[in-house]
Amino acid sequence: MVTDTLPSTDTIRNWLGEVPDPEIPVISVTDLGIVRDISWQGDTLVVAVTPTYSGCPATAFINMEIEAKLRDKGIEDFRIERRLSPPWTSDWLTPEAREKLRAYGIAPPIDGTAPDGRTAARAARLAGRSNLAVDCPRCGSTDTEKVSQHGSTPCKAAYRCRDCLEPFDYFKCI
Amino acid sequence: MPSLPDMATPEAERLAQEAAQPADPHITDVALKPALFDWLCRMGDGALILGHRTSEWCGHGPALEEDIALANTALDLIGHAALWLELAAEVEAQGRTADDLAYLRDAMRFRNPQIVELPNGDIGRTLMREFLYDAWHYEMLLKLRDSSSPRVAEIAAKAGKEVAYQLDRASDLVIRLGDGTEESHARMQAALDHLWPYTGELFTDDAVDEAVAEAGIAPRASELQGPWDATLREVMGEATLTVPDRRADVHLGGKQGRHTEHLGYILAEMQFLQRAYPGAEW
Repeated sequence: MVTDTLPSTDTIRNWLGEVPDPEIPVISVTDLGIVRDISWQGDTLVVAVTPTYSGCPATAFINMEIEAKLRDKGIEDFRIERRLSPPWTSDWLTPEAREKLRAYGIAPPIDGTAPDGRTAARAARLAGRSNLAVDCPRCGSTDTEKVSQHGSTPCKAAYRCRDCLEPFDYFKCI
Repeated sequence: MPSLPDMATPEAERLAQEAAQPADPHITDVALKPALFDWLCRMGDGALILGHRTSEWCGHGPALEEDIALANTALDLIGHAALWLELAAEVEAQGRTADDLAYLRDAMRFRNPQIVELPNGDIGRTLMREFLYDAWHYEMLLKLRDSSSPRVAEIAAKAGKEVAYQLDRASDLVIRLGDGTEESHARMQAALDHLWPYTGELFTDDAVDEAVAEAGIAPRASELQGPWDATLREVMGEATLTVPDRRADVHLGGKQGRHTEHLGYILAEMQFLQRAYPGAEW
């Protein structure tokens, strides 16, 4: 870059706040909590990004979008690091992101309900319905049911509202 | 090369080379290299082959939701395979990539246990296998979080969350189908009986397991038997299915590269493009 001062990391975080998630364009990559670190190493900008799901096909595309945004802002000397640890959790979605999801028709994740492989399914069975109380993002009803543990993208499950009868996506907890 | 998920920016190679990784002396330990490479291939190949098998359901699932769920499960597994094989390639340090390992090794070089290469059969057998493997995978990844290798531990922590979700789902479906109709119960029991003699391989130690265990990288295969058995008996009990009262360690050898005839057919399909058009990219 041919400027005297390098842009601050806060400025860069704001730029990345303009990069939409390719699958859920109402939220940005910073809303999603996957931009883990932004730092300058000398004149080189280092952006650490963590994948949501190991096999998420959007991961490579997100990196390209971040790269395009940085180049667009005049940053030429940078690198994007993959950071696996600590692993991404849906708890990192910002409060604003959750409201944006709801307005978009996706029920936001309920923190602290990530499955541990042993108890969640069992508890659901004992409770008589394999379900969490997930509010319908359209009518707000809590009378909803899980249709499938997986949905249209790796990060979502399929639900249905018993009151307004609309199907909807639930941003699954991990 | 096709699409093992990767840092596919236009400068992927430079970016990957420069990526900072936690310091991990095991990765460059020459004495440990052959065993560690083999062990990483076992983790990667198990996920890759099961992921490929699971992906065969795409467009053929018994219900739309199941079809989507199976495709998502396959995607998770192929993601895990990419992480393990990437690390295997780095340990080997011969210039091969994760894609090279996936697409250019022949059957005898694959290190997956035989259970994952068996044909899917009906949806009951597919889900029973998923449960049996998930229950093992879950215990393995749980232990690996405490690995003396930070690189192994971080992959395990990442993959472990996804496998916990898979195990929840597989347990739920095995119970619903086992404790379901007469027909679904019979099919699930037949699936368990069929797969049973392949499960023992997951818990059979060899010199590779011993070497990585000595280095504190991974548990011995046999250490996972107890916790796996507890999960198995709990779920089969709820599913009203009978755990076979016979030896489970009958079909061995996949971890050492001796496979059933089925693996060759999987590779013929999975590797066709790279074999027919070497180096093809899209």
